[in-house]
Amino acid sequence: MTLTRDHGLHLYREMLRIRRFEERAAELYTEEKIRGFLHLYNGEEAVAVGVMQALQPQDAIVATYREHGHALAAGLPVNEVMAELFGKAAGSSGGRGGSMHIFDADLNFYGGNAIVGGGLPLAVGLGLSDRMLGRDRVTACFFGEGAVAEGEFHESMNLAALWKLPVLFICENNLYAMGTALDRSESETDLHAKAAGYRVASEAVDGMDVEAVETAAALAVDAVRTEGKPRFLECRTYRFRAHSMFDAQLYRDKDEVTEWKGKGPLLRFTKRLSEAGLATEDDLAAIDREVMEEVDEAVAFAEAAPWEPVASLTRHVYTDAQS
Amino acid sequence: MSRSKTTYREAVRAAIREAMRDDPRVFLMGEDVGRYGGCYAVSMGLLEEFGEQRVRDTPLSESAFVGAGIGAALGGMRPIVEVMTVNFSLLALDQIVNTAATLRHMSGGQFSVPLVIRMATGAGRQLAAQHSHSLECWYAHVPGLKVVAPATLADARGMLGTALADPDPVIVFEHAGLYNMEGELEDDAGAVDISRAAVRRTGKDVTLVTYGGSLHKTLQAAQALAGEGIEAEVVDLRSLRPIDDATIVKSLSRTHRALVVDEGWRTLSLSAEITTRLVEQAFYELDAPVGRVCSEEVPIPYPAHLEAAALPQPEKIASAVRRMLRA
Amino acid sequence: MPEFLMPSLGADMTQGTLVEWAVKPGDRVHRGDVVAVVETSKGAIDVEIFSDGIIDQLLVPEGTTVPVGEPLALVRSDGRPEPEAPAAPAEAPVRPVTREPAPEAPAEPAVPVEPSTPAPAAEARGEAAARVRASPAARRRAEELDVDIGKLQGTGPGGAVVIADVEQASGPGPAEEETPNPMGEKPRALTEAPGDIREIIAAAMTRSKREIPHYYLSNWVDLAPANGWLADWNDSHPVEERLIPGVLMIRAVALALERFHEFNGFFRDGKFQPGDGIHVGAAISLRRGGLVAPGLRDANKRSLVELMTAFRGLVARARAGRLKASEMAGGTITVSSLGEQGVEEVYPVIYSPQVAIVGFGTPSERPWVVEGRVEPRWLVRVSLAADHRVSDGHRGALFLEAVTHLLQEPDSL
Repeated sequence: MTLTRDHGLHLYREMLRIRRFEERAAELYTEEKIRGFLHLYNGEEAVAVGVMQALQPQDAIVATYREHGHALAAGLPVNEVMAELFGKAAGSSGGRGGSMHIFDADLNFYGGNAIVGGGLPLAVGLGLSDRMLGRDRVTACFFGEGAVAEGEFHESMNLAALWKLPVLFICENNLYAMGTALDRSESETDLHAKAAGYRVASEAVDGMDVEAVETAAALAVDAVRTEGKPRFLECRTYRFRAHSMFDAQLYRDKDEVTEWKGKGPLLRFTKRLSEAGLATEDDLAAIDREVMEEVDEAVAFAEAAPWEPVASLTRHVYTDAQS
Repeated sequence: MSRSKTTYREAVRAAIREAMRDDPRVFLMGEDVGRYGGCYAVSMGLLEEFGEQRVRDTPLSESAFVGAGIGAALGGMRPIVEVMTVNFSLLALDQIVNTAATLRHMSGGQFSVPLVIRMATGAGRQLAAQHSHSLECWYAHVPGLKVVAPATLADARGMLGTALADPDPVIVFEHAGLYNMEGELEDDAGAVDISRAAVRRTGKDVTLVTYGGSLHKTLQAAQALAGEGIEAEVVDLRSLRPIDDATIVKSLSRTHRALVVDEGWRTLSLSAEITTRLVEQAFYELDAPVGRVCSEEVPIPYPAHLEAAALPQPEKIASAVRRMLRA
Repeated sequence: MPEFLMPSLGADMTQGTLVEWAVKPGDRVHRGDVVAVVETSKGAIDVEIFSDGIIDQLLVPEGTTVPVGEPLALVRSDGRPEPEAPAAPAEAPVRPVTREPAPEAPAEPAVPVEPSTPAPAAEARGEAAARVRASPAARRRAEELDVDIGKLQGTGPGGAVVIADVEQASGPGPAEEETPNPMGEKPRALTEAPGDIREIIAAAMTRSKREIPHYYLSNWVDLAPANGWLADWNDSHPVEERLIPGVLMIRAVALALERFHEFNGFFRDGKFQPGDGIHVGAAISLRRGGLVAPGLRDANKRSLVELMTAFRGLVARARAGRLKASEMAGGTITVSSLGEQGVEEVYPVIYSPQVAIVGFGTPSERPWVVEGRVEPRWLVRVSLAADHRVSDGHRGALFLEAVTHLLQEPDSL
């Protein structure tokens, strides 16, 4: 697949938007505008952006608690996502979820799930409903490599394969389940081999290369759609920042982080664009300015947005009890 | 109205069959619900009638198939997920509590989970400590879930349809000791309200609050007490979440005494919750401390005599009432 | 000049120790650079800066523990123009660290205001040491019936006083035997709520005014003889034998009825049925509203002191809501006294199926002609409402005159 200038700039903008959004989120966290847990996706942007290119509007997405990237790449309004991080009523989930629970029914975005592995059975069920209703839809289910150790991963893999459900499982392998390195938690560290054990066609791809992810995802999504069977895509990536904000990162060397940063998706794609003559420095700087403006506007929106009144505290528990 | 003889098991099956005939979105999923016919034979014959797409045998993966039920509900289906017993449902506790109960709230009201989970509960068949417990209150604790316990044929027949019509997750607890219960049911019995408790026997001296499998033991106790001139009112909670406070408070306000009968353990239980509500809402109606007859604080043992001793029994209930009424 | 602040890295981080500066004054810094190492409960964390500039001054030496939000360094702009703030609201140009809580979420709910009910009675507070064992329902019932719960022997669980104990204690004494209900009406529950009482009154009065052709007569009564007599009596008798004017009036009516029996009884089934005795119903207003008229049986045969005792008991039981059914409907005539209400005259409504009712207004001092001279005198207006189907005005006038006369000769009562 040949990379065009337009598509190249689009991928760049998508990844940069996530990067800039989260840099501001980190800053706002230190200022206590954002609270709770804040898990940043810095370094992994190529995965969400690459996979989203392969999806169609009707497709469903199930994400994790590190899902700002997925939400933004899936097209959720930046203002609403930022307002959700603030906990404001104008947020994607009305402020009730926060950073870990971003949802959007209009975009079939089934949320940030903060139980490791918890989203996989959900994706299986979405696939089951698609199968039973004869609906042309693929469910893209993101999870980290930590989830592979959970029983729900194995149960879901088995069920999806057994019932031939249209689900694309995307394992974002950033090598650390919070602070536990992959080789300290898995007997088999070649994760895509595990999926093969359930007869799920699987592939591993360089998750720092947005083009590679896009290509692999497009093939996989196409296969799920046409074969009506699940697929597994392992994206090997790295998280540049701490697991969450309050993390001294005692479990890894700074040299390792520096080395991975050198392979960062934005750095790498910038080089690719300029070498291919698809973008100038000015083009990229202009995008950066626009993205920064977009993020600034989102922050201003979130700041100005009102809080939900305490009087409506018990809303959204039952459908028939809406006040 | 013509009535026919039936069993609790057949009533549940009739309810499932009716739901599946009426709504193509409804399907049944669980361990051994198909070829085997259900571990309590509830779904016998349904596979033949509806086919493998709609009567789905699952692997022994409680978390995955309950979670898949949640996902399918989100995707527009109306799944009935059968979990063999509440004891096994603990393997799916994550999906039920962390996902089914929370999705609507976490998403700011964007997603409802119209899912029905049926499970057997209760002791009495010498199945020992991993197949006999009554953990209804674990689920009844959780906002976002609704929990019902059909104790009669009419409720076994009628609660499922109402639960399926509910936009939120409903857990239906069927006491395993009731499946063989026989009785007559109106031929056109159908959906019933699941929000209110029911007075199953009226009386003026004491209110006995119970639900599920304990209802019949409690009615037996009330019958025995009637022979001694004690008129006990028996209230069947039916819904364990939400709890129908009005009915139990009204009954207590007539009788001024209450005894809660609960097959769950006493500590931090449904019986504790009912007692607290009565004290909170009807303190000045109480003419005696609220009493409780619960399971003994022991995992249910295998030998029949020990199992019987561990559970609420009619005689235990009757003596608790006598103690309450006499100095 | 912009400040670099001790960042908050977690909800549970309140302070940090600045263990190492990675920059010194004069260093140029870029957004994202690590400028310091801060020791936290989770270990040492590299802390980044979120703006470009030149470190102007380090405000905190290494080794210092600093709360979240405190300035650690001053950062001077490096000469490049600051990016324009994107149409930010005027009141928020810079980003000072504010730790304002969410405005709608006060930390603690307001403490509920103390209800403005009176403090519990002193005795209730004092008895904490020897608290009576009683059920909550029994306590409430005891309060309603004015029963001292401390004096009861409980028959409930653990010897606790229960509702039945209270109701038994408040019930009629053994001396008061049950009597048949002369009005032949179905006894009603004796614990009617105010709403029930109202309904009963409404039904009775409507029937009375619809069915009974009332006629009315009235007369002045000089109270001087009765008052004088009462003062003497009360001065010379112990408290429990003292009398009130109302008892003299009841007694006068009762004795007059011995000669005018057509005012004593009931009109039923189209005809008059004389009473089986002279039982004077005394209208008693209830604290919660409404009134009852329990009967004083054989008022013509009882002494004033006996009548007084019986009357006192009736009032207490009526106000406690525990009259017996036979008492409730026991009168063959009714006397209604609005003695404390300041009214001159009462136009009473007959308590169907009775056939007469006598009303007394409020005694007051008025000019009165005595032996050709005007004198101030204490007077009361007595009125009679009677059933014209049973009696006529002529007989009524004689009856009223008899009552008046009896009250002039208190020794005869």
